[in-house]
This record gives sequence, C-alpha cells and structure tokens, in this order.
Amino acid sequence: MTDIALNPAAPASARPARRDIGLKRRYAAERRFKLYGITAIAIGIFFLLALLFSVFSNGYTAFWQTEVRLAINLDPKIIDPDNKRASDPNVLLTANYPILARNALAEKLGVPTTDKPAMRELGKLFSEGVRGQLRELVAGNPSLIGTTQDVWVLTGADIDSAFKGQIDLGVDQERRKVSDRQVEWMNKLKSEGAMAQRFNTGLFTYGASSRPETSGLGVALIGSLYMMLIVLCLSLPIGVAASIYLEEYAKKSRLTDIIEVNINNLAAVPSIVFGLLGLAVFINFFHMPRSASLVGGLVLTLMTLPTIIIATRAALRAVPPSIRAAALGVGASKTQMVFHHVLPLAAPGILTGTIIGLAHALGETAPLLLIGMVAFVANNPVTPLDPSTALPVQIYMWANEAERAFVERTSGAIIVLLIFLAVMNITAIILRRRFERRW
Amino acid sequence: MNKLLTTAALLAIAVGASTVAASARDQVQVSGSSTVLPYAKIVAESFGETYPDFKTPVVESGGSGAGIKEFCKGVGEGTVDIANSSRPIKESELKSCADAGVKDVQEVRIGYDGIVFATDIKGPDWALSPKDVYTALAAQIVVDGKLVNNPNTKWNEVNPALPDWEIAAYIPGEKHGTREVFEEKLMTAGCKATGAADAIKKLGLDDKAAAAACVKVRKDGKAVDIDGDYPETLARIDANKTGVGVFGLAFYENNADKLKVATVDGVVPSTETISSGKYPVSRPLFFYVKKAHLGVIPGLKEYVDFFLDDQMIGPDSPLVEYGLVAAPDAERKAQRDAFAAGTTLK
Repeated sequence: MTDIALNPAAPASARPARRDIGLKRRYAAERRFKLYGITAIAIGIFFLLALLFSVFSNGYTAFWQTEVRLAINLDPKIIDPDNKRASDPNVLLTANYPILARNALAEKLGVPTTDKPAMRELGKLFSEGVRGQLRELVAGNPSLIGTTQDVWVLTGADIDSAFKGQIDLGVDQERRKVSDRQVEWMNKLKSEGAMAQRFNTGLFTYGASSRPETSGLGVALIGSLYMMLIVLCLSLPIGVAASIYLEEYAKKSRLTDIIEVNINNLAAVPSIVFGLLGLAVFINFFHMPRSASLVGGLVLTLMTLPTIIIATRAALRAVPPSIRAAALGVGASKTQMVFHHVLPLAAPGILTGTIIGLAHALGETAPLLLIGMVAFVANNPVTPLDPSTALPVQIYMWANEAERAFVERTSGAIIVLLIFLAVMNITAIILRRRFERRW
Repeated sequence: MNKLLTTAALLAIAVGASTVAASARDQVQVSGSSTVLPYAKIVAESFGETYPDFKTPVVESGGSGAGIKEFCKGVGEGTVDIANSSRPIKESELKSCADAGVKDVQEVRIGYDGIVFATDIKGPDWALSPKDVYTALAAQIVVDGKLVNNPNTKWNEVNPALPDWEIAAYIPGEKHGTREVFEEKLMTAGCKATGAADAIKKLGLDDKAAAAACVKVRKDGKAVDIDGDYPETLARIDANKTGVGVFGLAFYENNADKLKVATVDGVVPSTETISSGKYPVSRPLFFYVKKAHLGVIPGLKEYVDFFLDDQMIGPDSPLVEYGLVAAPDAERKAQRDAFAAGTTLK
C-alpha cells in the first residue's frame, strides 16, 4: 500500500512504471506460508518419531522372554511323598514343584544340592511361575510322574533383564539384583544353548502378577474387549437414534437448541467427570459390582455418545436434500425415506465416527480409576460382571512398578495398544474410502 | 423408530436385570495406598495360588486417602473389604466411616517402610541429618537468631561436608503418605535441632500453627513436590544428575544400580537398621478390615490370616525380600492375636 503512496512523488519525466500488483510480495508470502506448513508438519513428525522410537526401542524386548530348558525329573518322591495321589487329587495341586526345577538346574550346572547358599541363588534363576507350569503338566497327565521331561521354564525377571543387557553388570554385585555367580551360570547356560529368548506368549495370556515374568495383558485384553462390545452395543443404537430424531424429525425449537449445546458441551467434558457419574449412579445407586467391565463399558458409553451423535448428525446433514425430496416424491413415508435412503448413505460417516469414538474409549484410564478398574486383577474375567482391568490401565499400573523388568513391559503394552488403535483407525479410513459417496 | 426405541428400552432393562441377578461377590476387594500395593499384590497372588477354593483378591490402587474414603462408603457387597494405608486412619475418617454404617473397623499393622534419600549412582557419598534437610528445604530458617526466608542455594552452604551442588530435592507431594513421615521425622526434627522451632514460637503462634510452620517447604523451585510415584522421582534424578530424591526403601533396593543412598544421622538405611530403630525415617504400614464383612465375603478372613502369617511378613518372607521391614516377633504375634480377638478401633 505504501508503494502507491510513494509513486506520485516520482519524477513525471520517467516512463510510467508498470502497475505494481505486489506480485513479488504475494509469491514471497506464499513461499513463506508453505515453509510454515512444512515446519509444522516436520515438528509433528519429529515428535511422533521420537515417541515411536522411545516406545519401540524400550518395548520390543518385552515380546521375547528368556527361558531355560531343563530336563526335569518328575520324581514321585517329591511330588507325592506319601503315595496318596490316587485317593487325594489335591496332592498334585499342592506339591513342591519349584524343588524339582531347582534340582534339575543344580544337576545341569553341577552344583551340589547340599550347598544351601548356592541353592538360594540358583532358585532365583528360574521364575516362581514354574509351580503353575509343572502343576498343569502333571495334573493334566499324572502318568508323567516318574519320567524326565524337557521343559522350557521362564527365568526370573532379574535374570531376564540381565540376559537382555538391561542391568548394568559393571557396578558392584551388592548394588544389583543379580550376583556374579548367577551371571556366570547364565553365561554357561547360554553357551550351551539351554538359555534363550523365546516369543513371549505369556504377555498376552497371563493376568496381573507381582512377578514381572508372569505378568501379562490377558485380563486387560478381555476387559477392554468386553468394554468395547458394551460401548458398541449401547452407544451406536442410542447415538444413531438420537441423531436421526434430532436431525430428521424434531422441529427446530429452543429445546433442540439447548440439547444441541449440551451435546457439544458433553463432548468436551473431561472424562474423569464421567467416572464420578459412573461411581454415583451405577455403583452407589444401582449397586453394580466394583471393578467390573460392565460398569466401565457403561461409563465409556456415556463418554462416547456425544462423539457419535455429533458425527452421525454431520453425516446425516451431508446427505443432499434432493435425495429426501425424491424419496418423499415417489410416495415413501418419512420413516421409509430415512431408513431406505438417508441412513444407508450416511452409514460410512456414522461408522467412521463410531470407530473413532471407540478408539477414544479404548485409550481412556481416568474414568476407570473411580469405578475400581485400576486394580490388581489376577483371575481372567469370565463375564462382564467379573473384576477386570483395561489396556491403558495396565500400562499405567506397570509404569509405577519398581522392578526393572516392568519398564520394557510398559512399553510393550503401549505397542499393543498402539497397534489396536492403528487397526481401528485404518478400518475407519478404509470404510470411508470404500463406501463414501460424493455428490 | 418404534422398533429402535423398544430395542433401546429392552437393552436398558437387560442391563438392569443382569446387575440384579449378579450374585454374591466371591472375591476380596481391597483398595488404598500405592505404597502398600506391591506388598498386597504379592500376598494376593500367593493367596490365590495357595487356596484353590478362593479367587485372587482384587487390589485397587489410588492412595491411602482415596482408599479409606472408598472403604468408608458403607457396608455391603458394593463396597471394599479392606483399605490399605501408609498412615494410621484419622479420627475424622473413622467418624465418617461410622456415619456411613462402618462401625467396626479392625486395624492391622503389617510392618514398616523406610524412607531414603538417594542421588545418582555416580555422585559422591552423602551423609545427611534432619538438620541439613531442614536447613536446605524449609521455607524459613534461623540465621543469626532471626527467622528469615531460606537463603541457601547450594548444599555445601547448608553443611560444608556436602557437595557443591545446587539444591534440587524431589520430595513426595502432599497427597502422599510418605510426605507425612518426611515432615514428621525430618522437617520437625530439623526444626527443633536448628532452633527454628523456638524462633517460630516466639512469633506468638499457637502450637498447631507453629508445627505447621516448621514443616513448611520452600516454594522457590529448589524443593519439587512429586505427585506421581517413585519412577517419576527416578526420572527426575536421571535428568538432573545433581538432584536428590526421596524414595521408599523397597524402590531404592530394586534400583540400587542407578541410585546411591544417603545415610541419615550416619546410619545406612536397610531392613536391619530400620527394624532395630537405628535409622530414624520409617513408618508403619497398615490395612483396615471391615468387620461386618468377615464371614460374609468368602476368603476375607483367610486372606487377612494369610497376610499376617510369618510366611508372608516374617523375617524371611517374600514381602521382606521386596523391601518391607518386618515388625519384631512380639508385635507380629500381637497383631495376629488382636485380629483373631476381633479388636476394633474406637
């Protein structure tokens, strides 16, 4: 603008300058803006990569667990010293299985079983979870008693961390959780091929445990699955019904305006508020069980509803009025118009909104804290009324553990959660691409 | 539309009906302190493995205060059976319990927890006393007989024996049970030792206000409240190698390859020095049992008995291995007897 003001001051004899339309300035502005955009994206990508790098570099080791192969002699003298197993099946359940593993290991390493201090250290080489593992083996097939079985047994969490190089072996042995002798044994077993990392199926099947090596996401996966089913079954029909009514039937009035404002408001309410509501209504008033995925699902339903309603209304609004007019014109009733024409056309948008709402609900921890789902739950839930946890809750709980081995598990669980979220979001995008119609 | 409405209504009814049909709870439900949580988890897990007839108890985490609040909601299946706590229950909490119908509460002391100061493993050795802690971290200290805002910025200004490090202490936030021990055993003790307590009294405050002034921590960023758990404190020390953090003994022992522990009054914290009472900064850990639920919730009595058994909290038990400081033999026996006798808090 200032250029124009300056021009009259130029000598009149000069050739009339080309009218300045600010072309240079505008190109520069465009280049600048592109640069801003690229910088913004670069910053975003940088942080995303930093996040993914930190999660994956910490977490990929969680999918492998160190195990040791032992030739375990299922000695009837230890399992069933009084030879009562025929009359009392409980004997097989309460037998001292860890001793069997310890003896097998002592034999392999050539340590005399009379050396008590060595036995104590040796006992830490494998997980206490061996009790359950051998119990299952023997109780499932009692005829194995008296034979020698080759079994892969989980190592203790500290040995696992040391094997993966996560414990600094340079410091004094008093200051770390594995002794020099254990490291020596570990290296010996490793060189013999009897100790190796194997795929960690336990991460997906075990419930919560105080021992890192036998703790897994089993309970959390089941709990999250139940909650997602409940959220889907409740919030989809309720949300779609509400939006169809508001969009197609309700007359615009002050009341619908108030409802609309409230729905938009609810979508922005912090999720902890829904937890408080769930505690007051579902647990204290309806006396539903604490820590149950049913209550979690109901709370998350409340939280997801506004998202689904907003997405559905937008999808319904995107269907051109000409389609409605045409349907009504050929004699369809209003309900036929909605269900035969408008709803199918809006379906991709509704599904996308629903999946994004579900993904949001899957990653939520705060509302679950108050209804008792941030808890130590070891038994797999059978029905939605049993206590359970959820994936993000398990991440939160593991992040607060003291043992080193839980660090990789925390990141491992985050990877599992990220994969679930990615699958859901990709499904949403595919559905939209495949069924979307443009007018 | 009508069909949809009916479906929605049916769904709501189904949900309602299924909760009514929900039969008696068949496992113990525990809530409370995150300090007691690791111990309770170990016991719960072993309990589930030892007693095939009972399900593994569910242990919620959320802090002593929140746990006791949940515990005091009332009596019945929808309420928790046990509240873990890293501090004794307060008079006011007991009253709100009684108001809600939880009249009989049994207190169980499981052992002790040590609180330690630790620095990065590569740092020099530290020897602290409550006096040093108070002089470094209090909001107001005594200089030349007068009470002034804490002027110290480096540890060696506090005590020449300490390193030339900027003061940066990561202490438990106010919602932590650990904070109270920190205040009582270090700040209050240091307040008295430095003579600040007398100077504060001279200001004409009453006892309660004087005690509160004694434990007031400086707010100029040199002492940082950590509201999360110990892993967060560890991360702070990792980021700031000249920082000093407050940890539980169990957490320190699990991370002894990364942390160096400071002595307090010349005593190295360990389960031995704490149980003998030599190491000054420790606290008892509790849980509270709802007496009305004993015999109603299957496994509750067995769980408490199992918890109090020497194979869990005795000198050579998994909890001690994790970092709990076992109570003396006589005290453990007294706790067992008191629980068996059904002694309740008044």
